[in-house]
Amino acid sequence: MEITTQTVDKLSNLAQLQFSETEKEEIKADLNKMIGFIEQLEKIDTTGVEPLLHISDAVNVLREDKLAGSISREAALLNAPSSDGQFFTVPKVIKK
Amino acid sequence: MDTSKYEAVIGLEVHAQLQTNTKLFCGDSILFGAEPNTQVSPITLGHPGTLPKTNTKAIDFAVKLGLACNCEIVEKNYFARKNYFYPDLPKGYQISQHTTPICKGGTVPIKIDGVEKIIQLNRIHIEEDAGKSIHDLYDNETCIDLNRAGTPLLEIVTEPCLHSSEEAFQYVTELRKLVRWIGVCDGNMEQGSLRCDANVSIRLKGETTLGTKVEVKNVNSIRNVKRAIDAEIKRMIELVEGGGTVTQQTRSYDVNTDKTIGIRDKEDANDYRYFADPDLNPFHITQEFVSSIQASLPTLPNKLAEEFKQEFGLSDYDAAQLCEDKSIADFFNKTAAINSNYKGIANFILGPVKQYLNENSLSIDEISLQANNLSDLIKIIDEGKVNFSVASSKILPIIIAENKSPLQVAQELNLLQTNDSNEIEDWVNTVIQNMPDKVAEYKKGKKGLIGLFVGEVKKLSKGKADPKIVTDLLTSKLNS
Repeated sequence: MEITTQTVDKLSNLAQLQFSETEKEEIKADLNKMIGFIEQLEKIDTTGVEPLLHISDAVNVLREDKLAGSISREAALLNAPSSDGQFFTVPKVIKK
Repeated sequence: MDTSKYEAVIGLEVHAQLQTNTKLFCGDSILFGAEPNTQVSPITLGHPGTLPKTNTKAIDFAVKLGLACNCEIVEKNYFARKNYFYPDLPKGYQISQHTTPICKGGTVPIKIDGVEKIIQLNRIHIEEDAGKSIHDLYDNETCIDLNRAGTPLLEIVTEPCLHSSEEAFQYVTELRKLVRWIGVCDGNMEQGSLRCDANVSIRLKGETTLGTKVEVKNVNSIRNVKRAIDAEIKRMIELVEGGGTVTQQTRSYDVNTDKTIGIRDKEDANDYRYFADPDLNPFHITQEFVSSIQASLPTLPNKLAEEFKQEFGLSDYDAAQLCEDKSIADFFNKTAAINSNYKGIANFILGPVKQYLNENSLSIDEISLQANNLSDLIKIIDEGKVNFSVASSKILPIIIAENKSPLQVAQELNLLQTNDSNEIEDWVNTVIQNMPDKVAEYKKGKKGLIGLFVGEVKKLSKGKADPKIVTDLLTSKLNS
């Protein structure tokens, strides 16, 4: 698979990131290397091998339905770039 | 315009908020109505370095609903990330089983004009809810409340197998009854505990391929599900008849104008790049677990209604009505265990009791009415100590408010029908003396007049004369 400038544009759009033309070229080269690496892996015959969903073998690591771990609103809003003391505030999302 | 050549094809996605105490992946409360951003933890806020852990109760509930809908329960499960950006989604992804649901297939039977139709489910999966955006508080900013972020949801998805808004209405009604019945969701659409999105398309009758679909969102009551679908079908037919084409869109239903409004086009936004969430271990469901959930399921409403008909000789209608609500059905069962006038119990519960509950927006668990008191009330009606109207209007409100014996209430309020034959005989004699013309007609053979005489005695006695004794006495006097 060939990574084109178009692919980079699409991915940066999905990731909500902006790159300069020079950066795009670098990313294109990096991504092409990564894809090449994955394409090598794809040559391995994995017939009958279940996909690895998680790095640990553990399953059913669950918790009971019990209240725990909440923090105060003051603490929650502490790192917010913008808030009114009650809500996180962000630039207007929809046009009225 | 000829609309009859078109057929609507509808698929529904219902999101049911689970009645757990805490969120899907952390221990924040999910109680509705708290002050904004007071039910949040670093996990809800999506801070780096936090580790989510799945709530066992959410899995219990998913399997419960899956079994209630005859789904196949999938053994090996994992959660995936659905990646997109929106301010009320703090992590930049929603954790969902969108691609690998815990329940596959399944059915929900509905009734349209008395005819059963099976609604085919595609799947039921577990996912987390997003936070809430409030757009109208400030001019230039949107406010974000993350209390709801991370709340466990079940998404119940039908096949595109519904063909009218009425079917959609019945399906959501049935599904809401079911989730309430098995206790996984409170079904409150106004508070958003149950939300319905409708995928609507139209095609010419006889065609087998699906038309371009539009997703209609923001429908906050079952009645509006019906109205929104009707409005969208109408819009599509008018569009196509006018030479236009339907484009794939998300639209929102506006109750005030009864129209749907386009909110976004769905052309390139659909790349969510799902992948297994590396923070969460997979979870497996054993056959033993499924069996234990199966054993914990209550008898489902349709089956219970059937049992009520068989066991207690109730009509289709009464049985179905009693099984609209589990607490009502349970109350009927409890009362029927101690009083064999089943029809009388059903009438009393579906009549005056339900009327009281509706008028006061209460459930039967929230009032003090006890099965033994209702049974006693029906017993004293059957014994002729009080009549039905006195029982329902005077005694019932008191035994609803407090745990009190109906007989005692009747005595205290002097409502007991008298069977003192001297007193009754006086009333009967008075009536016979006052109505010589009618008595003559009766004696000539107009036996139907007996009702009139009984009614007069009832009036005279202010409802206290036992109608059976009165009738007997009148009959014997008039025929002598």
